Amino acid sequence: MRALTWHGTHDVRVDTVDDPEIVNPRDAIIKITSTAICGSDLHLYDGVIPGCKPGDILGHEFMGEVVETGPKSTLQKGQRVVVPFTISCGGCFHCKVEQFSACENSNPAEKQDMSAVLYGQPMAGLFGYSHLTGGYSGGQAEYVRVPFSDIGPIVVPDHLDDDKVLFLSDILPTGWMAAENADIQPDDTVAVWGCGPVGLFAIQSALAMGAAKVIAIDHFPHRLELARSLGAETINFRESHVLDALMEMSGGIGVDAVIDAVGMEAHGFAFDNMMEVAKQKIGIGADRAHVLRQAIMAVRFGGKVSIPGVYGGLTDKFPTGALMEKGIQIKSGQTHVQKYTKPLLEKIENGSFDTTFLISHRLPLEDAARGYKCFKEEQDSWTKVILKPGMAA
Amino acid sequence: MASHNDKGSGSGSGFGTAAGIGLALGAAALGTFLAARPKREWQGDDAPGFTARRSFGKYDVVGRTVTIRKPRPELFAFWRDFQNLPKVMENVDSIRTSGDGRSIWTIRAPAGRTVEVETEIAREIDGELIAWRSVEGSEIDTEGRVTFEDAPGERGTRVGLIIAYDPPGGEIGRLIAKAFMREPAMQARHDLKRLKMLMETGEIATSARRKDETRAAQQHSGQETT
Repeated sequence: MRALTWHGTHDVRVDTVDDPEIVNPRDAIIKITSTAICGSDLHLYDGVIPGCKPGDILGHEFMGEVVETGPKSTLQKGQRVVVPFTISCGGCFHCKVEQFSACENSNPAEKQDMSAVLYGQPMAGLFGYSHLTGGYSGGQAEYVRVPFSDIGPIVVPDHLDDDKVLFLSDILPTGWMAAENADIQPDDTVAVWGCGPVGLFAIQSALAMGAAKVIAIDHFPHRLELARSLGAETINFRESHVLDALMEMSGGIGVDAVIDAVGMEAHGFAFDNMMEVAKQKIGIGADRAHVLRQAIMAVRFGGKVSIPGVYGGLTDKFPTGALMEKGIQIKSGQTHVQKYTKPLLEKIENGSFDTTFLISHRLPLEDAARGYKCFKEEQDSWTKVILKPGMAA
Repeated sequence: MASHNDKGSGSGSGFGTAAGIGLALGAAALGTFLAARPKREWQGDDAPGFTARRSFGKYDVVGRTVTIRKPRPELFAFWRDFQNLPKVMENVDSIRTSGDGRSIWTIRAPAGRTVEVETEIAREIDGELIAWRSVEGSEIDTEGRVTFEDAPGERGTRVGLIIAYDPPGGEIGRLIAKAFMREPAMQARHDLKRLKMLMETGEIATSARRKDETRAAQQHSGQETT
């Protein structure tokens, strides 16, 4: 089959590789109809996530048709399914308490050591996201092997196009959980850093949860325009002082809740960020935590911090004083996708959530490498790229 | 296990040594600690002996605990049927049991060779504990103990594994060290994780895209995996 494979920093290619097959009893094989490039794929593309090997198939947002099932799979051939990016067994403690992204059994035993050293305990398995999370082949391919197919995939009705339901795999639940983690109350003013897909869905979710005001922060005019179209007010950090603006726009109190939908590769020329750019360039596993620092400064005393943006390592100059003295709460984590797919599918089906407004490009799988390059370099106009293995190149 | 004498005292003290590893390590730590710092009192704690900062005499000791969301009797029964263990113990090719309570473990060594270790049950408490030790004259001088304890609430069972062994010398020892003893802590950790996977999910997780790419398949074909 054809698949998008990682070969090094800024080097991804569409190669011919062996087709997947059923390996374990609960597996299913999915023929991919749509798969997206995620903002977090750019962290792999930029080489700032450890544990990628040449030939790894990327992609963790995908959907398609069931073409083969293991003896313990509950899926049936021909069903259309969207597959969560988190691989979850359904039987361990974390799955039972719906913390699916912390599944204890999906990352192969011999792959758990690296993340256990980094984080204290091992990560769960994720599709197409380095050997830190299991080294599973991802979905930017013609076919994918889906383990625990009785737990993860959600069957979608035929009348909903791929474009409408594909994002149930990651970014829609991630935006929703980001807002949920911000514990939004009806009179809250909420600030969201990053108007990429997750930030935009977080804005949409925060407003749906009744936030009085949502303020979107970015520097790409088109992305800010998308945020405005959802009902957010905007701050362009190239034009305005973010902290001053947020203080004023929250009536001098500080914002009630902050959502960092940027993560470890923040843009901007702030001093701390430039220091951390330098550290990443020379290979020190440093997270660029400029946004998180700013978010912690911007949130009011007793406020709420939600971190859907991906961080992977360590950071310096973290504002521990503000963290403690302000009595803030922080919630974060990879998304517990399986917990959200069903209620969010209902919102899509009843028309209360539109997921298609941020799609800017649809490409054949063969053009995936160009998709990565443009998604990285032309972020203003390339807001979301969907790859279609079936589309003529 | 605290001293050479404990181990060397022969078959009669088998269980005492095996089951007492944790406590005995504490005692050994105490002894070493007092010897090194005579002016300070030992400030003991409740941590398992194998998490101590020091090593102890002749024996290397590894230990690991894993919580498995299954009832204690089910897990005990699985382990007690030793022939199940090669399903989760990567370096163990097979375990044959004989009528007198002894088992012969066939352990993989490099270059397609195998090493055999004969063990006997040193103590068994139904549903709670199984302790074993190598018999006199075995190629590896080792003993082990697995314990089963109810976890709080509905979290299942805490399974604790402790293995002590005398790192062997000579040609055969070198092979064994490579096959089994090189990173016994890592091996124990991975084996317990695989046990947890098999019991909780009915299968052992692999990211292999094809059957011939799994670790098990590659081990049987003699290839090294990463």
